[in-house]
Amino acid sequence: MNKRKLKESSGTDGECISQVQKMLRERLCHHRAMGKLFGIDQQYKHLLELLKQTTVCGESNSALIIGPRGSGKTALLNRVLKDLREMKQVKENLLEVHLNGLLQTNDKVALKEITRQLHLENVVGDKVFGSFAENLAFLLEALRKGNRTSSCPVLFVLDEFDLFVHHKNQTLLYNLFDISQSAQTPVTVIGLTCRQDILELLEKRVKSRFSHRRIYLMNSFAFKQYIRIFKEQLSLPAEFPDKAFAQKWNSNIQLLTEDKTVQDILQNLFHYSKDLRSLNFLLMLAVSNVTVRHPLITASDLQEASKQYRMDSKANIVHEFQKFIQRKAHCMYNFEKPVVMKAFEHLLQLELVKPIERPSVRSQREYLLMELLLDNNQIMDALQAYPNCPTDVKQWAASSLSWL
Amino acid sequence: MPILEHPAYPPATLLCLESLVPCRESQVSMLLSIFGERQQLSFPSIFIYGHTSSGKTYVMKTLLNTLQLPHVFVNCVECFTSRLLLEEILIQLQNHSSETRRASPVPCDTFNDFVRLFKQALVSQNLQDQTVYVVLDRAEQLREMEANILPAFLRLQELTDRNVTVILLSEIVWEMFRPNTGCFEPFILYFPDYSIGHLQKILSQNHPPEYSADFYSAYINILLGVFYMVCRDLKELQHLAALNFSKYCEPVVRKEAKERDTRKLWKNIEPHLKKAMQTVYLREISSSQWERLQCEEGELGQIKGLSAHAHVELPYYSKFLLIAAYLASYNPVRTDKRFFLKHHGKIKKTNFMKKHEKTSNHLLGPKPFPLDRLLAILYSIVDNRVAPTANIFSQITSLVTLQLLSVVGNNDQLDGPRYKCTVSLDFIRAIARTVNFDIIKYLYDFL
Repeated sequence: MNKRKLKESSGTDGECISQVQKMLRERLCHHRAMGKLFGIDQQYKHLLELLKQTTVCGESNSALIIGPRGSGKTALLNRVLKDLREMKQVKENLLEVHLNGLLQTNDKVALKEITRQLHLENVVGDKVFGSFAENLAFLLEALRKGNRTSSCPVLFVLDEFDLFVHHKNQTLLYNLFDISQSAQTPVTVIGLTCRQDILELLEKRVKSRFSHRRIYLMNSFAFKQYIRIFKEQLSLPAEFPDKAFAQKWNSNIQLLTEDKTVQDILQNLFHYSKDLRSLNFLLMLAVSNVTVRHPLITASDLQEASKQYRMDSKANIVHEFQKFIQRKAHCMYNFEKPVVMKAFEHLLQLELVKPIERPSVRSQREYLLMELLLDNNQIMDALQAYPNCPTDVKQWAASSLSWL
Repeated sequence: MPILEHPAYPPATLLCLESLVPCRESQVSMLLSIFGERQQLSFPSIFIYGHTSSGKTYVMKTLLNTLQLPHVFVNCVECFTSRLLLEEILIQLQNHSSETRRASPVPCDTFNDFVRLFKQALVSQNLQDQTVYVVLDRAEQLREMEANILPAFLRLQELTDRNVTVILLSEIVWEMFRPNTGCFEPFILYFPDYSIGHLQKILSQNHPPEYSADFYSAYINILLGVFYMVCRDLKELQHLAALNFSKYCEPVVRKEAKERDTRKLWKNIEPHLKKAMQTVYLREISSSQWERLQCEEGELGQIKGLSAHAHVELPYYSKFLLIAAYLASYNPVRTDKRFFLKHHGKIKKTNFMKKHEKTSNHLLGPKPFPLDRLLAILYSIVDNRVAPTANIFSQITSLVTLQLLSVVGNNDQLDGPRYKCTVSLDFIRAIARTVNFDIIKYLYDFL
């Protein structure tokens, strides 16, 4: 009877662990994470107000959300849109067009995408007919025909806004902002970008049509809040099916937050980069080690994850290679020049050494000036870590690198 | 005690996987734990880097095939434009589900179309939300394509809103990839080099069935002893091991030694391996030539490598022209008076010369010189009078065609062409010896 009970409990453990993994992986890896937003309540309210004005009152608007990579711009916007759609007055009243600077690399493609997403009449299936000028004229006409009270408001979301700025003449941006300023179909343009100097990149006529409304996301939380975020990201919610396990898990997380080593790890990461994306990565690494045998995260898990995450990549590569920086005169094994050349070319291939100018036909390969893309410290560290390094190489490196 | 364990995959498959990837167990178990179960989400992009032949492509392919995870494998050197790359991915996705031969290629120009077609292709397969892996080998070529390709691939999970993970394999570190305005950072995994013990273990696995495993691993030991200092590339070592094994077995085949006579076998093979380092390793001669050479009994004759063919026989005056050109390239102009005039006064060492004595001209490379200087030096080193006929000038041009000299600057320079000598010291010494000219005496660096 005992065996059966054990089997059952391990069975539920396996199920349970896999559910925990699934839930946490979705929370940590998925871009559309619908978890809580931390530290950006003010910006959330601002954006929500803005969009409510468009959908409910029919006002046209434009705004830019600016913040470094991983600070939560897309997450904020998605959250606001989700909450907006659930509001009574807004239901099914808003047309959305999502554009991304990485996908729509020029205005022609962008225009086709807009037409496709709005399901305008010149779309059949997926194909959009007509030339660029025709499509543009058609779109503008469609948008201009409406008026505030009776037409559906349209929301344009431009991700990687700084890439749209590099299109020819900034035609798309000009037209979008132009429409948002004229009193026809209510149109809101929201741009998301990581560049702080985005306004200087806009042309004068585009800049004047932009409302200059900017929402900044600056990762501005203190370390205490960071630890709280850590705890919240890892905790299982109350709706989790296996309540006993959830409780065990959550109390373990609480213990971890009070552990000194864990706090040190988080402090290190916090100093390196404050954004939540890096934190999510670290947690994801730790969570991926959770198995039936090892059902709770420990401090050593986090330490391993932190070491893995912060490895110095160049040091790894140099570690394997400083053998070949030796000169013939300095070592016991005399290698012929061509053998050393082959090793040198391997260094070139690894891009540890780079020629200062592009090699041309005129100059010989051996006499091309190169520069070393490594730091003295990296070379010294690699030498220390390298096993079986001949002593004369070490001495030579120590004598010539130490006074630099 | 099996090292690889995972609840989602049957232990038999994992055991099989473990036998296929020796010495890479820790990397594979990390990958397994990151991948998780089939339907679970994972990092949107993973970047794996390590030296050549550290097993990145092999381990990835073996892992995905053994566990039968839905994947697409593309080499970015093969598909070197974005269009080829995107179409290849789509074709492989279509072929994944259907058993019929290659479906007609779907034209896909831009990444925008790719995202749409990718979503369609995923729907048509019966994947039930399993993670699809897109593996891009030699990912450093992505940097040469349009600027949006690399950041877009890193975000593919977000852009398509599907369960897909992109894996990039490369030799170059991530810092060289990062675009200027940043991008979605992938998870970075390092594949360290194989240590000498690992190499021994892996190479000994390929032993031919006629000989015992111990015999072969002794051979590998010797081979690694000679080549490990210079080369750790597993593929090169496998190539060398295959080429030289028959020579190693010769004494045993001829019944001169037994399998255990390691001393004798070592004495037989060692000079052979040293020769191999200078020829086959450097690809001076091809492997078929090498094998033919081994079949010859007796002394290893003069092996004519590729560099040996670079020797040319020049006419008498051309040799002197070449020597004069070499002297003009590697001697500073001030020292001409000292070397080539019968009565030169004292040369004062100016401050400039004292400061720059340390950098030998031979390290910096040849310097350009005008035609007049070349002719002046030529007349001084050739004993009998040389008439400045057109013959001499045409010989200069043929030296340029042979790429022993190179022209510097524009073709239509008004005050005479400038040249540069592009031969090495060993070459010019060999030539000087044939005309009994001691060139070392005339070189400033060897004073």
